[in-house]
Amino acid sequence: MSVLVYTESDKGQLKKISFEVASYAKAVADLMNTTVTAVAINAQNVESLGNYGVSKVLNITNDAIKNFNVNTHASILEQAVKQENATVVILSSSADSRYLAPVLAVKLEAGYVSNVVEKPSNISPFTVKRTAFTNKAFSQTEINNGHKIIGVSNNSYGLVENTTTAQVEAFSPNIEDSGITVTSVDKASNQVSIADAEVVVSGGRGLKGPENWGLIEDLAEVLGAATACSKPVSDLGWRPHSEHVGQTGKPVASNLYIAIGISGAIQHLAGINASKVKVVINTDPEAPFFKAADYGIVGDAFEIVPKLTEKLKEFKAQNA
Amino acid sequence: MKILVCISHVPDTTSKINFTDGDTKFDTNGVQFVINPNDEFGLTRAMWFKEKQGASVDVVNVGGPETEPTLRKALAIGADSAIRVNTAATDGYAVAQQLATVVKDGQYDLVIAGRESIDYNGGMVPGMLAALTGASFVTNCVSLEVDGSNATAVREIDGGKETIATSLPLVIGGQKGLVEESDLRIPNMRGIMMARQKPLKVLEPINTSDATAAKSFEKPAPKGAVTLVDADNLDELISLLHNEAKVI
Ligand SMILES: Cc1cc2nc3c(=O)[nH]c(=O)nc-3n(C[C@H](O)[C@H](O)[C@H](O)COP(=O)(O)OP(=O)(O)OC[C@H]3O[C@@H](n4cnc5c(N)ncnc54)[C@H](O)[C@@H]3O)c2cc1C
Repeated sequence: MSVLVYTESDKGQLKKISFEVASYAKAVADLMNTTVTAVAINAQNVESLGNYGVSKVLNITNDAIKNFNVNTHASILEQAVKQENATVVILSSSADSRYLAPVLAVKLEAGYVSNVVEKPSNISPFTVKRTAFTNKAFSQTEINNGHKIIGVSNNSYGLVENTTTAQVEAFSPNIEDSGITVTSVDKASNQVSIADAEVVVSGGRGLKGPENWGLIEDLAEVLGAATACSKPVSDLGWRPHSEHVGQTGKPVASNLYIAIGISGAIQHLAGINASKVKVVINTDPEAPFFKAADYGIVGDAFEIVPKLTEKLKEFKAQNA
Repeated sequence: MKILVCISHVPDTTSKINFTDGDTKFDTNGVQFVINPNDEFGLTRAMWFKEKQGASVDVVNVGGPETEPTLRKALAIGADSAIRVNTAATDGYAVAQQLATVVKDGQYDLVIAGRESIDYNGGMVPGMLAALTGASFVTNCVSLEVDGSNATAVREIDGGKETIATSLPLVIGGQKGLVEESDLRIPNMRGIMMARQKPLKVLEPINTSDATAAKSFEKPAPKGAVTLVDADNLDELISLLHNEAKVI
């Protein structure tokens, strides 16, 4: 009857979101008077999940599961749910978790709620708070089915330490043929992704052209940030579509979002509003972004950003 | 190839979001409804399959009569016929079950849905539909080619992309990238006239029960005023981000 949590790793290292979903799972388990079991696939140091309240890890080591595969992974989780007799499954809002959750929901006939931002307010009826209307509202949503799947919004619950000893058990689920073959993966290895970044530096049409993106990249580099852009910037081909953030692009839920030369249209703000702290740099004091930001500078990005980058370099050197 | 495009009827992106009935229902007063942007990219890709590969394209919506103008718009863009399953779309699982019946009865080879609708953002209908119908599934799909019964899709992953080889029947969750923004079509007068003659079939729903229920809504707390920092005083910004916001 434990709460099952799906953890994700990158090249064997557990991702930060895995510790966040483990923390969330622990909160749910406490409400239900039960314990947390994690599923880990080809990850190292899985005992570390114990620091966030996981008491048991179903540890899968199998070279055949090199890439994420929606059907294989859904089937692995289904087998883990059955073995552990779990009724609640917690996962993240990563691209892979969002891909997997609805498929798993059908296998388990579970009620699935995505974009959950708080621990359940009640477990009978099981009620969670989620975002809706692309961050323009929240909804209290009840899950009616016996099995429940909760997709936790990244960076919404945070890491909560809870020292437990995680007992690690080898787990060898059946690996089914899935009808889907990943033929190639194209991933920049030295860059943080928008989904995983603590800081995102984003540029808009105010930067005038792709030749000026060095400004954004330099600032992002000092901050260890991911780079992003507004929709017209990607439509104009100045930056790849994968950097387009907002209501029709990628969602951002970073700790810090820095918007440079972005006006702050409603569709842009909807997608980035889940970020904790927002900074805007814009020449126009009337730009709507100033209403959504925590900190703002009215001024020319071409003058301000290089100076800010230099100053941050000094700051980072002193605080290293 | 028989294609079904799932069309969600959603508030225009500029809509003010308000609630009525004691914050239990979305207030549609004065709200302009449109084809869900993710679905519009999918519909446009479907038009390409129709024109280049002779596919037939039907569109479907699960919803009340108020969604018909949105389906007519999809017909004006070029879909051949439309289906409306006459029930309120209150839960993703239930919607997927309604759609699964349409897909099985119509024997569609390819179902194109959007990665998520921009109103309730559930992001579950395409995956559930694939699982219910036994079709292959690719979401966050930014490119799709079909050759006979083989399909090649590109999926956006966190920090990159992956290419997937699979086969029909297939369900995708589409998004921008599937076609370019500039490929989107605005219905012309001829399209609008023709759409009036095209079939729009209303089906009664099958029995389902809702797996989830949105009980109430609230809006985020109003935000405090921005702290403005002088452009000549960047040290202050750094200090605020470090000491006050604690994000660097
Ligand atoms: C259906 C729909 C969906 C949409 N979805 C999205 C979405 O997901 N994401 C998104 O971003 N947009 C989206 N949009 C577009 C959105 O409405 C805006 O058009 C867009 O966000 C504006 O981008 P921008 O801020 O880069 O450009 P602009 O609005 O042109 O703003 C540029 C800003 O740069 C400032 N500026 C100019 N020069 C300088 C300088 N030297 N230094 C500093 N500042 C300067 C200007 O004052 C201005 O505020 C959508 C629109 C629609 C209709």
